[in-house]
Amino acid sequence: MTGFTCPVPIATTDSVLLGHGSGGRLSAELLRDIFLPAFANPLLARLEDQAVLEFAGARLAFTTDSFVVKPLFFRGGDIGSLAVHGTVNDLAMGGARPLALSAAFILEEGFTMADLRRIADSMARAAERAGVSIVTGDTKVVERDCGDGVYINTTGIGVVAEGVNLSAAHARPGDAVILSGAIGDHGAAILTEREGLELEGAIQSDSAPLNGLVDAIFAVTREVRAMRDPTRGGLASTLNEIAAQSRVGITLTEQAIPVHEGVRGACEVLGLDPLYVANEGKLVAIVPAEWAEEIVCAMRRHPLGAEAAVIGTVTARDPGLVTMRSAFGTTRIVDMLAGDQLPRIC
Amino acid sequence: MKYLDEYRDAGIAHALAARVRQRVTRPWVLMEICGGQTHTIMRYGLPDLLPPEIELVHGPGCPVCVAPLEIVDRAIEIAGRPGVIFVSYGDMLRVPGSRSDLFRVKAAGGDVRIAYSPMEALKIARQNPERQVVFFGIGFETTAPANAMAVWQAKREGLANFSMLVSHVLVPPAIRLILASPSNRVQGFIAPGHVCSVMGFREYEALSAEFRVPMVVGGFEPVDLLESVAMLVDQLEDGRAELENQYSRSVTRAGSATAHRMMEEVFEVTDRQWRGIGPIAASGYRLRNAYAAFDAERVFGAGDICVEEPPECIAALVMQGLKKPLDCPAFGTRCTPDRPLGAPMVSSEGACAAYYAYRRHTGGGEAA
Repeated sequence: MTGFTCPVPIATTDSVLLGHGSGGRLSAELLRDIFLPAFANPLLARLEDQAVLEFAGARLAFTTDSFVVKPLFFRGGDIGSLAVHGTVNDLAMGGARPLALSAAFILEEGFTMADLRRIADSMARAAERAGVSIVTGDTKVVERDCGDGVYINTTGIGVVAEGVNLSAAHARPGDAVILSGAIGDHGAAILTEREGLELEGAIQSDSAPLNGLVDAIFAVTREVRAMRDPTRGGLASTLNEIAAQSRVGITLTEQAIPVHEGVRGACEVLGLDPLYVANEGKLVAIVPAEWAEEIVCAMRRHPLGAEAAVIGTVTARDPGLVTMRSAFGTTRIVDMLAGDQLPRIC
Repeated sequence: MKYLDEYRDAGIAHALAARVRQRVTRPWVLMEICGGQTHTIMRYGLPDLLPPEIELVHGPGCPVCVAPLEIVDRAIEIAGRPGVIFVSYGDMLRVPGSRSDLFRVKAAGGDVRIAYSPMEALKIARQNPERQVVFFGIGFETTAPANAMAVWQAKREGLANFSMLVSHVLVPPAIRLILASPSNRVQGFIAPGHVCSVMGFREYEALSAEFRVPMVVGGFEPVDLLESVAMLVDQLEDGRAELENQYSRSVTRAGSATAHRMMEEVFEVTDRQWRGIGPIAASGYRLRNAYAAFDAERVFGAGDICVEEPPECIAALVMQGLKKPLDCPAFGTRCTPDRPLGAPMVSSEGACAAYYAYRRHTGGGEAA
């Protein structure tokens, strides 16, 4: 026998899999193979959560996001508040103050007006909380069974603060990694609701607008290297993206990463790792080490940053890899997932 | 978390590792059988805590990894048929068959659903009387009672649209294969705690006595595994070869009588093909004739799909503890979790996948 004769690997897919929407490696392949070659331009090539356009002396941040979530209403939010927060946060992670949002709805025939009104009201409240207006929009209706009730797209535009220059490619060895609070709340809230799990102390989604917390950080310094909100794919995927784009290693301290008791329990039951579970109101900031303590203090004074902590450091070792030091003093890799996290069989 | 944190306590873990360091006088090769245990060992970096004399090798205890290619192909064939709802545990969906996987069947329009229990599949069958609902009944003795229960329940209710594609495998015949091999290196076993919760540990007592090899029934948390290692090292250094039970909070000698009755009612022992290893006599379960109407292979006539399993690759050596994943030249290059070449890279419980996920960095112990 020559070489390896194990099962032949299956070639890259010829159709879209659910995993292509997971934020993991399959999503990255979709960008690399389809969209980046088709739309090639320097603004897109930066691969940030928002494009920054220079116009008439100002720097404008521009971003868009679509929301497909089941169930539409969950503890701590709904698809409407999520759609507003998601886009506000993508602007905020670019250091931008949100100016205005658009909202586009794809509605399924038969969706109730009561639910639609509830979603619209929730969006209005979320926008008010974030200090932004929804100034334009669109509505389309698809036939029954061709949608999940409602899909929402929001687009946002904002002004990047003076002196701020954020990019996932800017992390440098020696920098500190700051996390604004406990991970996994949103994903765990959605999953327990979907699986009908009744757990002690119901888990609430953390869905929230992060622009106020970002203002608190900038009040300390604008010398922040990178900010990201670890949504789908969770903290692990976000840090892997930063490590890859900055060509640095990131070392985390397991005990420093807060995870709420209920989320730990739910993840234990569902066979999931909270590091890969989605957040909708948390941010990761990469900052020069000398600013870390002051920034954490400022964040803790903000209601959305009460559990902020330094969770790790940027290193020159193992570029592109995220590793984690356990309570046992051992280290392991925190990898990017291929697709969605799958529960293990036993 | 109550009842769990004490088994993840760093102080206790370090004390156990120190106990092993003090006791050990020479090299020992130990094998954990279950993929869940492999996962914990890698995730917590336990080899780095233990003295260099202790070599941990990883057994064939990942049910997803050892599911033979042809059963995956049968699943794919059935799941692609119009009108079928195919229900499976999550991590079977990504397992490549010879040409496709269940995720691709789903993308191509197949109704493939993830469940945490076969009872969910029964519920789907009740709700969709006009559709055929098939559950992918794989796993070791751990999942067998629930799968047996689902089939028994379906028969009792007269559910005509429910069936199960069964590919159950049993742990003791695999241990016997390893111990009987002339090239065996394993000197002590951590027996699979979950399997023993169901089965008890009489079979393991017999294996331990027959082959004069120490065995400890171990749990799944890092402290469980370190204590199991310490107990095995004590036995080896004392020259004893017994069965001991570390996982006594969950495992009794007799196991669960209810589960045994249910499995006995529904399943019978059969020969099974193990992916990466080959055929092992009397190493699995199939449905008894009385339950033929619920056997998806018979219902769909898919039993004749046979795939030439490629001749043994290094996976067989890895799963018998003769090689480490890092000894494989394809590891991490031609073979990754996205594009697995072999069985142990397929599931997160597979030894190669666990090494890939946790141990390929500098300072990663053996993986360096």
